[in-house]
Amino acid sequence: MLRRIMLMSAATLLLAGPVALAENAPGVTATAIKIGNTMPYSGPGSAYGAIGKADAAYFQMINDQGGVNGRKIDFVTLDDGYSPPKTVEQTRRLVEQDEVAFIFNGLGTPTSSAVQKYLNQKRVPQLFVATGASKWGDPAHFHWTMGWQPDYQTEARIYAKYILQNKPDAKISIIWQNDDFGKDYLIGMKAGLGDKYDKMVVKDVSYEVTDPTIDSQVVSLQASGADTLIIAATPKFAAQTIRKVFDIGWHPLQLLTNVSNSVGAVMTPAGPEKGIGIVSTAYDKDPKDPAWVNDPGMAEWRRFMAKYLPDADVTDANYVYGFGAARTVVQVLKQCGDDLSRDNIMKQAADLKDFALPTMLPGIKINTGPTDYYPIQTLQLQRWDGKNWVLFGDVLSGS
Amino acid sequence: MKPTLLRSLGLSLLLALALAVPFVASGYQIFQATMVLVYAIALFGLNILTGYNGQISLGHGAFYAIGAYSAAILIDHQIVPDWATVPIAGAICLVVGYLFGRPAARLAGLYLALATFALAVATPQILKYRGFEHWTGGSQGIILDKPDPPAFLPIDADQWLYLCCLAVTLVLFVLGRNLLRGRIGRALLAIRDHPIAAASMGIDTARYKAMTFGVSAAYTGIAGALGTFAAAFASPDSFDAFLSLRFLVGIVVGGLGSISGAFFGAAFIEFVPNLADRISKAAPWAIYGVLLILVIYLMPSGVAGLIRAMTQKINRDKETIREET
Repeated sequence: MLRRIMLMSAATLLLAGPVALAENAPGVTATAIKIGNTMPYSGPGSAYGAIGKADAAYFQMINDQGGVNGRKIDFVTLDDGYSPPKTVEQTRRLVEQDEVAFIFNGLGTPTSSAVQKYLNQKRVPQLFVATGASKWGDPAHFHWTMGWQPDYQTEARIYAKYILQNKPDAKISIIWQNDDFGKDYLIGMKAGLGDKYDKMVVKDVSYEVTDPTIDSQVVSLQASGADTLIIAATPKFAAQTIRKVFDIGWHPLQLLTNVSNSVGAVMTPAGPEKGIGIVSTAYDKDPKDPAWVNDPGMAEWRRFMAKYLPDADVTDANYVYGFGAARTVVQVLKQCGDDLSRDNIMKQAADLKDFALPTMLPGIKINTGPTDYYPIQTLQLQRWDGKNWVLFGDVLSGS
Repeated sequence: MKPTLLRSLGLSLLLALALAVPFVASGYQIFQATMVLVYAIALFGLNILTGYNGQISLGHGAFYAIGAYSAAILIDHQIVPDWATVPIAGAICLVVGYLFGRPAARLAGLYLALATFALAVATPQILKYRGFEHWTGGSQGIILDKPDPPAFLPIDADQWLYLCCLAVTLVLFVLGRNLLRGRIGRALLAIRDHPIAAASMGIDTARYKAMTFGVSAAYTGIAGALGTFAAAFASPDSFDAFLSLRFLVGIVVGGLGSISGAFFGAAFIEFVPNLADRISKAAPWAIYGVLLILVIYLMPSGVAGLIRAMTQKINRDKETIREET
């Protein structure tokens, strides 16, 4: 019996010949590897299209340098207008018609959710999804999907850790946006504080994105007697919260989500002096921060921008993001060597060890494993001094 | 050959082509063809309201969303078998559309457009509302499985879905055509062209307008249900206010007050954004705008209007030739 099986498999191997040996993913040839991507180049999310442009420009640079292991990257990026049904259509086109090896850096939580099941059923890697939702790190259910940036739950756990270390008797209040993003913060806080959650958190209130202001929520949080405030709000509401807290003479320790720590979009509109002392986190170097003017890592990024995206806005952090994500996937391809099967691409993506990017803050590294699908999981704390974010303390992880 | 014979020959040829699509196209192309059918149904629904009855709606994306969510919720909670969700989605939208149309029928022209636009803007946010989250899945949306084809048919899920959509499209277009060609259709046109004269002829304009709103919403809701099957996903972000505007663009480009126009409009809203994306990544909407202006400039009465004008010209030429000889 065994003999027969061996003979049969030998015969199959002979018959199948080169096909059986080269089990590379579709879209991989001796000289090229095709990668697919969807982006909102049109529609309400079109500002994020900058990430796709940075991805494409980075691959262009890699190709000019000879490609990865002799293969040029053929990057096919399509517009989905941030509309999930369109993402389904474009992703199917990429997989079935363009025959890409895998999907990389697709932007948006609803859009990527719409194709997650499809890509996993087809066993097509969905690498480095460009959103902070925590659902992308679930290898037990979605082996072929992996996120990239620190997820919201990780950030919340880091804040919980910071409070436990620095203010163990804090009375915590939380303001959160009523959607996936806000809920991820609550989940992260619960995980981070553990059984102390019920004792320490004196009040949490939510708001809807449709609310005109959140003044009443802020007042009710102050009335709860809390001395610590966690702000899990999008930029407009974060700015409102910071201003209102200051105006009613409340002085809690404020921890602000890194979704909303943009100087231009939040801190300045809120009133730079009103936010003094607020603590937030970061993982990328801010292109606007004067601290990085002479930084070799950011100088490399600026040289890249000057050569490959000469007309782009160099204060837009999305270009830093795209540069970093593209560099990470190039590392994955380098690790793959000549075995560019989808299995190996996923295996190598889950085998990144202490991979550092020139655009990330010192000490922050990318690490993944077969059960750890969260590439960036450490963050650096920073404090607002009225003009700039000032980094302090060590790099923290959520675990 | 008689024109009617020619016409039915042409229609049978088109139907044969439509039936051949799933067996010659790839899975992704079948998906696109399915979406064209889905949009055609939605556009036909909107055209009944706007093209034939003169009521402008900027909110049909909302009915599309209601249809989509009705189907998705019914399937997700396994309340009824898959196929039954489509007529139920249509019925729900018929009722909602009628109830909305009843007071809205008093609003004329632009005011109605604004009222419907409010519906389009509000819908995505209502779908995220916490109270409904158990049903709607909140901003996460609902992920579905594609309906499986019956075991005895040797086809895959994409082909099966396309054929189902084609069958629904045929039924709805035949029904709609009969409705519009008959007494009711004439009443709708009369209301559009001269509401006072129509009322003096004994047409209950308020009732007709509300009913039209209901039927129109039902068509769009059925399209929404089918579209959700195709995408296997429903989320609030799938139905933003732009969807309603795209429908309006679709019926104008296809041809107002034309049945075949729905297909041309559907093809436009399905394929032209892809074309624009291919031309420029930096400003796809600018390209889309230019293409749209070109189409409106070259075909002021839509694709269907252009074809009608051309066939009329050919017939006229034939007649002149006949007269000369």
